Amino acid sequence: MENILNLNVNGTNYELPIIPGETLADLLRYRLNLTGTKIGCNEAECGACTVVIDSEPVLSCIYPAERAQGKNIVTIEGLAKQDNKGIHLHPLQEAFVTHGAVQCGFCIPGQIMTSYALLEQNQTPTSQEIRYALKDTLCRCAGYPSIESAIQAAADSLRTGQPVAPVELSIAENKNRVIGQIQVRPDAVEKVTGKAIFTDDLKFKDMLFAAAKRAGVPHAILRHLDIGRAKDLPGVISILTAQDIPGDVYHGLVIPDWPSMVGVGERIRYVGDTVAIVAAETQEIAREALYLIEAEYDELPVVSDPVQAHKPNAPVLHKNGNLLKHIKVRKGDVEEGFNIADVILEHTFYTSMTDHAFIEPECSIAVPRLDGRMEIYVGSQIPYADREQVARALGWPDERVRVIGQLMGGGFGGKEDIMGQIHCALLANATGRPVKLLFDRHESLLVHPKRHATRIRVKLGARRDGHLTAVETELYGDTGAYASLGEKVMTRATTHSAGPYEVPNVWADCYAMYTNNPPAGAFRGFGVLQSAFAVESMMDMLAEKLKMDPVELRRLNALQVGSITNTGQVLRESVGLTECMDKVRDEMIRRAGPNPFLPNLTVEDGLRNGKLVRAWGFAAAYKNTGLGGGAPDKSGAEVELYPDGSLEVRTSAAELGQGLVTVLQMVVAEEMNVNAQNVRVLIMDTDLTPDGGPTTASRQTYVTGNAARLAARSLKQAITSTLAEKYDLAPGHVKFIEGLAQVGEKTIPLGSVVADMQASGQAARALVEYWAPETKPLGQAGDMHFAFSFAAQAAEVEVNTQTGEVRVLQVISANDVGRAINPLGLQGQVEGGLMMGLGHALTENFIVEEGIVVTDRLARYRIPSITHTPQITSFIVEHPTQEGPYGAKGVGEIVSIPTVPSITNAIYNAVGVRVDRLPVDQEVLLWEIKNKNG
Amino acid sequence: MKLWQEYLRPNSISEAVQALTSSPGQACVIAGGTDLLLDIQQGRHSNVHTLVDITSIPELNQLEVRRDLLYIGATVSLNRIASSPLAIEHAQALAEASRLIGGPQVRNVATLGGNVAHALPAADGTIAMMSLDTQVLVASQENIREVPLQKMFLGAGKTALSTGKELIAGFCIPLRKKNQASAFKRIMRSQGIALPIINLSAWLQREGDRIVDLRIAAGPAGATPRRIASVEDLLRGNTIKDGLISDAVCELLDQIQFRTSPQRATAEYRHHLVKLLLVDTLLEAWDRAG
Ligand SMILES: Cc1cc2nc3c(=O)[nH]c(=O)nc-3n(C[C@H](O)[C@H](O)[C@H](O)COP(=O)(O)OP(=O)(O)OC[C@H]3O[C@@H](n4cnc5c(N)ncnc54)[C@H](O)[C@@H]3O)c2cc1C
Ligand code: FES
Ligand code: FES
Repeated sequence: MENILNLNVNGTNYELPIIPGETLADLLRYRLNLTGTKIGCNEAECGACTVVIDSEPVLSCIYPAERAQGKNIVTIEGLAKQDNKGIHLHPLQEAFVTHGAVQCGFCIPGQIMTSYALLEQNQTPTSQEIRYALKDTLCRCAGYPSIESAIQAAADSLRTGQPVAPVELSIAENKNRVIGQIQVRPDAVEKVTGKAIFTDDLKFKDMLFAAAKRAGVPHAILRHLDIGRAKDLPGVISILTAQDIPGDVYHGLVIPDWPSMVGVGERIRYVGDTVAIVAAETQEIAREALYLIEAEYDELPVVSDPVQAHKPNAPVLHKNGNLLKHIKVRKGDVEEGFNIADVILEHTFYTSMTDHAFIEPECSIAVPRLDGRMEIYVGSQIPYADREQVARALGWPDERVRVIGQLMGGGFGGKEDIMGQIHCALLANATGRPVKLLFDRHESLLVHPKRHATRIRVKLGARRDGHLTAVETELYGDTGAYASLGEKVMTRATTHSAGPYEVPNVWADCYAMYTNNPPAGAFRGFGVLQSAFAVESMMDMLAEKLKMDPVELRRLNALQVGSITNTGQVLRESVGLTECMDKVRDEMIRRAGPNPFLPNLTVEDGLRNGKLVRAWGFAAAYKNTGLGGGAPDKSGAEVELYPDGSLEVRTSAAELGQGLVTVLQMVVAEEMNVNAQNVRVLIMDTDLTPDGGPTTASRQTYVTGNAARLAARSLKQAITSTLAEKYDLAPGHVKFIEGLAQVGEKTIPLGSVVADMQASGQAARALVEYWAPETKPLGQAGDMHFAFSFAAQAAEVEVNTQTGEVRVLQVISANDVGRAINPLGLQGQVEGGLMMGLGHALTENFIVEEGIVVTDRLARYRIPSITHTPQITSFIVEHPTQEGPYGAKGVGEIVSIPTVPSITNAIYNAVGVRVDRLPVDQEVLLWEIKNKNG
Repeated sequence: MKLWQEYLRPNSISEAVQALTSSPGQACVIAGGTDLLLDIQQGRHSNVHTLVDITSIPELNQLEVRRDLLYIGATVSLNRIASSPLAIEHAQALAEASRLIGGPQVRNVATLGGNVAHALPAADGTIAMMSLDTQVLVASQENIREVPLQKMFLGAGKTALSTGKELIAGFCIPLRKKNQASAFKRIMRSQGIALPIINLSAWLQREGDRIVDLRIAAGPAGATPRRIASVEDLLRGNTIKDGLISDAVCELLDQIQFRTSPQRATAEYRHHLVKLLLVDTLLEAWDRAG
């Protein structure tokens, strides 16, 4: 038998001892340190681990290392060429960077390697060929159109030898130097070369590997726990249970109701609850030890849905009962509103749980330091909240913990809660060694909070002329086992449940209920995705009833400047809703003719292929920017000037792929009048960067963007006065021009001011804590939010009336984002948000039966791939908000909200079936089509 | 737990069979590993001691015409089959099915041998070959025996291979003659796993406007991949126009034991779809055979 593995990786020959059971991915990542190859699922579903072997793309996560004997392997690290002139990117890498195809970057090595293999064989790929090749290489940031255009551009460049063509993107005219221009992400080159480091790529000396023993039962009392056999397994260093937690057992972002571990005699509330944690010398040993831990449970009846949870006889899950929160919105007099209505419609809608399915599973590493402090390396959306929660579990003051945020392979709201951070900190504390806790995909699906499944009843009243007179809604939200951000999410669902319309009389009740399902928390759209599906379906039903055009009906009722929202807020500015609707409608009519909402029979040749019917559907939406509801919304940022003239901006706002780093870089560059490349961004380190608050509620561009802008301004002022004093001129004579300071007639390099400032005992930096405008709690009228974004969207679907299958062919989307700071980043957000909405409408369904997760593998939870991608047309509408940086407001969530109802409305228009349950089920749809047609 | 202890890469069938029989623990053939490794990783497969990687055995990697047969070695990758002019000419249903499985990364390693040996009732490659009168070459220490494909399956996930002693060496498919053709189609569900709700493969020979002979296979229709012989009998000799989806055919199709798979498809839906697929696929094959 051969004991040595000979293989060639990126042109280098390796002779390595054989490790039984090793996959090629593990060999590359952990033995050769080629961590550009990523593990997203370890189950042959996502394509992140793609490498090219002898010219063919393969999945290294299911490729036995020993099979690579004698083979030539190319990984992402092998594409760029390095010489004394620097790094030369492969055209694919360059195109991915310049076309904005890179967002969080986690899937990018797989995308590039798959495309590389394609272009090696085919330098003139058609769109269809690209989609066929990338079919199973998933991107959850879902910039699929950008990925496709990048591949085309690279193919052209390879074929012709010409430079890679730049991205085609129309940008609005503007007076700013940096803001509003196309700007490439500062981390894009690292991400396309495989050099970008994510948490699982880090290594520490003597690091141990952790695993968590999950209950696996949804509702029970832990009767007995025996860790004896597991402790005896060689290589196991430490096993901890609830009684070993030195500080608080409970954690949670709003309400600390979530036990880090459940102790004997205590209640298990969902399958992902933890009963013990293990640290061992290897990952394998840690996971093997889990099988040796014996846990016995007294199982209890399961609460599986929120309506059941609200019944008087339901089992009680938390000491204050099953009702997390009853949320109420009251405006005017609904009874009167319905009395004066000419038509009243009522219908109930159901939305499913969905999973963020970020391609990077959760990973955290805790490193104990000699000075007694603990460092946590983690990709987290709220580093300061992690610090606090870890410190509380350890029983330490916050300052003893340092969270060092890492690049995140997608978050979408799913990396706000504590996952492994506390567990690895407890183990690191117990062992004195660094400890890594990496979730596999299965664990990620079981454990982290989901999107709330909801039941929403809507009752609309309207006048014959279309004016809404009253809207009444009742929502039940399944918040699962623990609170997470459930109360906030369902509040947003409730306040937005009458749609982006001015309605004189509103009555909304929401019951956010605990159940034995996985917890539900933040997820892009934050509750509004659910209520928009319901109310926007109702608006189309109303339009039909009144025989009105659905766009006209919406325009008639649309929020505008001067309108009063459901919560009693007067909108004083920045309401671009009608313009969004008009842009989308005009473009739709231009393409589809005057009757886009009528069915269009495309194929009818007997049974073959069935009948394919097409139609358009329309929807509108709004979404708050910022925390609102009276929560103090603030962020800190610090800007520093260095002697070499470069600047650094620091804040612990989180970058999850959405492009905040680019925004911060651009803001500082604009203010200081330098090139964006001269600005570095340091984020997410609780020792070095001021608290940026949570990265949620589409708030960071606005809140931290403003903090950075004000910090830059304040630094600029300090520099101005230093120079004015030194050269004895009025401050008005000091100007900043492209990295130079012009003082009267003289120009001096900006960096030289650092020494001047230091000489006068001043540091060349400025720290600003920015407080967003105050908001009012729900129920107290006034401004509940400081800004709203608006959107309208139209989708064209094709329904196969013989099979019930649905495809989305084109989408036109318009979003009022106040101001497009970076059109390139915005493009990625629009594409990705829209694809996520499309997934929720058509492909995604997180199934839990009696508390047991059915969709516990990526293979069972389908997220959209490039083959689902419609033709996307995006209009940016800019109704600036005065306080926002350069007028900007939130972007991240609004883009995905109108997608679901625009698709389901289109289905109705095509085949006359009203979808009231998500996702669209092709079989159900088929039977309903058949029923209708007799 | 390690996925395996020992990994062997024999160069001949006899070495491979030898390796299987002489392993100190459970030994298992691995081809692409796209089913096997996931089954092991996810605890659906008992612990394996030895993996016998059969992908370096030259005989198993051949795709060629042997006399009046198309020979496809068990470890020929699905991608190669999908793009092979020989396969497209003589076994179009199989080339079409191969093209639909997974993405290119999976197809580059996944094999037909694995698709058959995994023995799922709706494996696409298997269903396609069911309509192509395929003979399986089964190799053991002693000899190579020929087994008709439909005799290979004993139950869900169970084949007629004597485990640890035999392996599939390849498949033989009769070459296509004039006026013969095949086609494969399937219908997927937007949510959940990437296996078809239903698939169907048809082969036929036409003469004028009559179907003189045909074979139809569909899955999942019971625990094993199967032919729909009753429908074949009824349609044999008919013209393509009349009787294709007559009441009689419907009745026969209604007798198929389709399952309801929770969260995927009801038996009723499958019955509805199989009628569509039957017509669709037969017409496709009919056009090709002209
Ligand atoms: C993402 C993804 C998508 C997929 N999509 C589809 C799909 O659409 N349709 C579909 O049908 N399948 C699909 N599959 C399943 C799978 O790829 C196929 O079944 C594949 O053909 C299996 O071949 P393999 O070589 O990888 O088999 P392996 O995993 O190597 O082996 C499977 C089993 O067969 C045995 N075996 C393999 N070769 C032989 C041999 N020559 N003799 C005896 N025993 C043997 C092994 O011991 C094992 O028990 C998919 C898989 C993945 C990961
Ligand atoms: S990690 Fe290999 S396919 Fe997902
Ligand atoms: S960039 Fe593709 S998953 Fe984030």
